[in-house]
Amino acid sequence: MIRRHEDIIIESLARFLTPFIQAFALYVLFLGHYSPGGGFQGGVLMGASFILLVIAYDIIEGKRRITEKFNIVLNATGVMVFSGTGLLCLILGGEFLDYSQLAAILPVGPEEARGLGILAVEIGVEITVAAIMVSIFLDLASAGEHEEALK
Amino acid sequence: MIWQFDLILLTLVVICAVAAITVKDLLSSAIVLGAYSFLMCLIWTGMGAVDVAFTEATVGAGVSTVFFVAAIYHTTRRTKD
Repeated sequence: MIRRHEDIIIESLARFLTPFIQAFALYVLFLGHYSPGGGFQGGVLMGASFILLVIAYDIIEGKRRITEKFNIVLNATGVMVFSGTGLLCLILGGEFLDYSQLAAILPVGPEEARGLGILAVEIGVEITVAAIMVSIFLDLASAGEHEEALK
Repeated sequence: MIWQFDLILLTLVVICAVAAITVKDLLSSAIVLGAYSFLMCLIWTGMGAVDVAFTEATVGAGVSTVFFVAAIYHTTRRTKD
């Protein structure tokens, strides 16, 4: 679907904008406690920055940056961070996602451990949402073609 | 919220919603739906639900429009009915 047009203005503008969008995604993630935003919105922004690159270039170039295998690994990593934080609380003697138990392994009190635990869960959400957005877009745009990029 | 501004936004939202389902060109329909999402984002900001407005701006106006356009590329642009 997306063929490369070799337009220098669009390509340089996309390359210039991408790091700023990604920095804003991280800002939204880390200030999600105090301001609007959080893991989901940050993840969508992070995925949108990569989608912008794929639109400005083409799918082959995009899959060279993030291969399908790496994307699948990212999907699983986010879910693992989320459930791993919950299971860690379970192992330390609390209930599932009871962050105050994390104070046993972190050098902070139970109140700060709650904040850090929420941040860890949000990081997991961000990774998974960003990878899933990229997956949905690449599947829709390529219609299952470009099998050579799967290697 | 200023009621004149509110009235203008609500009128535009209704116009966009009706236009998105009556327009025959699917690509314009997707773009009008993106405009609808962005106006809803402005209304939610006015009502104080900033978190919902942020989600609407990123998902509704941003990514879902791209998904619609990517899907429309694999079908015909004109709708039959």
